[in-house]
Amino acid sequence: MNDFPEITVMTLLPVLGAIFIAGIDDERSPWPRRIGLGFSVLALLMAVCIWVRFDPANPELQFVEDHEWIPSMGVKYFVGIDGLGLLMAGLTALVIPFALLTTGRDVERPRAFYSLMLLLQAGLFGAFTALNFVHWFVFWELSLVPAYFLIKLWGGPNRTAAATQFFLYTLVGSVTMLLGFMAIFLSTGSFDFIALAEKARGVRDGLGAYFEVKLGWYELSSRSLAMLIFLGVFLGFAVKVPLFPFHTWLPSAYAEAPSSVTMVLTGVMSKMGVYGLLRILMPLFPEQMRWGLDLLLWLAVATIVFSAFAAFSQNDLKRVMAYSSINHLGYCLLGIFAAVKWTQNEPGWVSEKAAALNGVLLQMFNHGITAAALFCFIAFIERRAGRRGLEDFGGLRKVAPVFCGLMGISMFASLGLPGLNGFVGEFLIFKGAFALASWAAALSTVGLLVTAIFLLTVMQRVFHGPLNANWGGFADLTLRERSVAAPAILLMFVIGIYPQWLLDIANPAVMQLIAHLAN
Amino acid sequence: MSYLDVLILACPETIVALAALVVLALDLAVFRRRPWATRMRFGALAVTIGCLAALSWLWGTIPVRPLLHSDDVLVLNSLTHLIKIVVLLLTILTAWISIESQFTDHVGEYFALLLFGTLGMMFLVSTENLLMIFVALELLSLCLYTMTAFNKQNVRSAEAALKYFLFGGMSAAFLLFGFSLVYGLTGEITLGRIGRALNPSTLQPFNPSTLPDPLLIVALIMVMAGFGFKVAAVPFHLWAPDAYQGAPTPTAAFIASGSKVASFFILAKLLVAGFAGAGGAAAWRGFTQGWMPLVAILAALSIAVGNVAAIAQSSVRRLLAYSAIAHAGYALVGVLAFGSPTPSASTLQPFNPSTHHGFTALIYYVVTYACTALGAFGVVAIVEGSGSTVQRFNDSTVGPPDDLRAFAGLGKRAPLLSFCMLIFILSLAGIPPLAGFFGKFYLFAAALSSGKDLALLWLVVFAIAMTAVSLYYYLQVLKQIYVAPPPRLDDSTTQRFNDSTTQQPFNPSTLQPITPSWPAQASVVILAAAVVILGLAPNLLVGRVLGMVDASRLFLR
Repeated sequence: MNDFPEITVMTLLPVLGAIFIAGIDDERSPWPRRIGLGFSVLALLMAVCIWVRFDPANPELQFVEDHEWIPSMGVKYFVGIDGLGLLMAGLTALVIPFALLTTGRDVERPRAFYSLMLLLQAGLFGAFTALNFVHWFVFWELSLVPAYFLIKLWGGPNRTAAATQFFLYTLVGSVTMLLGFMAIFLSTGSFDFIALAEKARGVRDGLGAYFEVKLGWYELSSRSLAMLIFLGVFLGFAVKVPLFPFHTWLPSAYAEAPSSVTMVLTGVMSKMGVYGLLRILMPLFPEQMRWGLDLLLWLAVATIVFSAFAAFSQNDLKRVMAYSSINHLGYCLLGIFAAVKWTQNEPGWVSEKAAALNGVLLQMFNHGITAAALFCFIAFIERRAGRRGLEDFGGLRKVAPVFCGLMGISMFASLGLPGLNGFVGEFLIFKGAFALASWAAALSTVGLLVTAIFLLTVMQRVFHGPLNANWGGFADLTLRERSVAAPAILLMFVIGIYPQWLLDIANPAVMQLIAHLAN
Repeated sequence: MSYLDVLILACPETIVALAALVVLALDLAVFRRRPWATRMRFGALAVTIGCLAALSWLWGTIPVRPLLHSDDVLVLNSLTHLIKIVVLLLTILTAWISIESQFTDHVGEYFALLLFGTLGMMFLVSTENLLMIFVALELLSLCLYTMTAFNKQNVRSAEAALKYFLFGGMSAAFLLFGFSLVYGLTGEITLGRIGRALNPSTLQPFNPSTLPDPLLIVALIMVMAGFGFKVAAVPFHLWAPDAYQGAPTPTAAFIASGSKVASFFILAKLLVAGFAGAGGAAAWRGFTQGWMPLVAILAALSIAVGNVAAIAQSSVRRLLAYSAIAHAGYALVGVLAFGSPTPSASTLQPFNPSTHHGFTALIYYVVTYACTALGAFGVVAIVEGSGSTVQRFNDSTVGPPDDLRAFAGLGKRAPLLSFCMLIFILSLAGIPPLAGFFGKFYLFAAALSSGKDLALLWLVVFAIAMTAVSLYYYLQVLKQIYVAPPPRLDDSTTQRFNDSTTQQPFNPSTLQPITPSWPAQASVVILAAAVVILGLAPNLLVGRVLGMVDASRLFLR
């Protein structure tokens, strides 16, 4: 407990900014952009403050704020941050200003755009820090609404269908999750993630015992009832991540959304699903996850491999990167599912699990940075050429060497070149997964290979080869654009060379998670 | 008990009745020759003053213990006071919204009827006597029929009123028949005593094999048919889309808001207190005779038909009507949650699943729904009022004035109004953190926790699934407001306009920014604020109501 409500302030800052922007009268004024950037940078500073004052040695929640909200329902305003939350909140704070800087000055209806972006940021901050289901769910849904409008109003030609599909898929997942949580609440009387995790801890069935006593639905055994509730909650996250076969909304949503929105969608929003798996499902339903573990691992492998092949066959840069995004989050799923596997409580196994989960956390953070950077470069291409087909370009390296160099670095980071950030996370995931679920890890390497192939193909088609006559006048990055992309590139190198500063934060949270998994 | 005591008990009602007479007399005597807008404003002002007077009386005299009149003709407790306060507030806001719609020259009569309707609701809320329920319900209904027919220039208004009246008359007959059967069965007309008389455990040793009296079943079906009509539950809903579309907008708003609150309140009390012993069960594949399976079927049908039919609507009012039908279905789920027997052994802290939560959830749900629906209709009224040139050619050329396309580009024409509409629509769709979300959440949680073995799970799952469906048509409205470009009436349309009217050429006033009068705008903003605040801090209402339900006499007998 501390006096100053850092997290609340961090969450409310973007809301305040959105209100300011909505209050501007003149549609053409430069102020929406300035205020939007200003407040997102303020939120970033707040996040940096929290990051600096965060004590990595302490595995407990920090910066806790705990107030009654709706006592009759056991709903609290309960926020706090641990290593996992800190990484995600930090990622949000980084990606949003990055996306706002990438946004062109010519964006239509700037007031609405910037206030929606800020609201989206507030929703994401809330979702990564809330620890009571109702409170968390409010933010989870709240982030959906601005995202929907951002796709719908500023998207590409098929935006309406894409936005609706995105909204409905996610909503169906949310609905089943809500039902699942109602059942949890009715049987345990609590909405509190931490308290629930404590209850599930050390019991063989996890929360199953509670369901049996309190619910007992017809002839269903407590085992299948618990499974049913688990599936309900799981579906919500599986759609969001997404897990094959619930991924079909993603490519069109990412491709139709304006690039700066896609940066946020892939950089941060896709992490909400993984975050949910780590924060909610793993502590609450370890046993249920183990029952379906083989299937889950198969699905993770399918996510990784299929999306890699799908990316290979795309002709639109954005779609390539969208499938690549599914592919990278597939590694996170692989790491999580592998770590859930039941093992003896021996130090050897624990270290493998710790490796896998640390890898997952790193991968979440890294992918956020890298994917955002890639979509930022796609935005630059689109602004110059007005199109983004793979076949439309060729030989850009000759006219725009800086652009190709920087985008090339991001792509290599994405395919996991050692020395860049992507490598560290994927290496740790595979290190853990090979020991825990060797067949799944082995099959997933196909995905690694194909990722490398399609990313190199993109480079070859776009950067190399004879210069396409249409783009002789393709301008290289301006100084402004370079400075926008520079921090992301810098982070890729820093994390790639010295990942320890992130691992220091991730590791206590991971050990806490593993302690929940142990019987 | 002397008449003076009764008068004191019924003082708020008396004030409202007097206010109605004063409005009528003032308009007749003083304002007859004033311009129409002035008369509307004075009428609304008089309604506000009358309602505020009644409200302050209610506020000052919230009873600690229930106050009774003989034969439960008046049963006053803190809960009935709260509902009456809500009803009065809704009436005031309805009056403010009325200022915007130009539908009648009979200003005094309109506001008097509004107040008499409110009077009916207030009596409806505060009685537990079958006769009084019927009388109050008829008072309310007759006012609503007349108010529906008030737009004499509009054919649809007359048609809607006739449909509403014919259906309503039938349903009143059903209701009365049902009541008389109940009286014949038990010899009682107060809910509490009927409940005791019907309760099988007090009459005879409970034996599951003995079926309830077939007469009781008939009575139940009759009563449910009557009330099903009042709350517009499927299959008694056919009047609703027409009435909502044809009626003057403030009347539609009134039907959707205040009258819903009062009707659901008395329906829940009637079923749970009056038919206490004849509940039956509504579990999946476990229906047993009683009112619960009836209500469950009505609820499921309403949710299904309301949500699915709304998808196909192109008129905002019809869309809101079907959405109201769907919401009536959700509220009926709340009635079920209220009536289900509580599993006593497995109650848990802090959420003690009990009928108290069921009733509280129902009240929270209908109150917030009433605010949302009233606000949405307020916006519709303002939008229609702004396009008055279009309205005149109602069903001839460009379709009804409440066509979805009339809302195109509203986001540019009236940013504040559009924002309020955004809040209302998202709340209806149940998006957090608005009141609609918490209302549904609480309602479903209460429904799940009632009864044995998650008896209502099937209904809750179905309701939640249909909520996802409903999002589609709600988003259609928002799409028109924020995405669709403002309508550009091409020459041919303008031409047709000019053909159909010889008096006035088409004036593209629909494309101008909308400048509503301040009372209408204020009421919409107040309602939007209420929806947001009640959504963010539901405990303002929930905590209070929980205490009041505890304190009310309803569970003591």
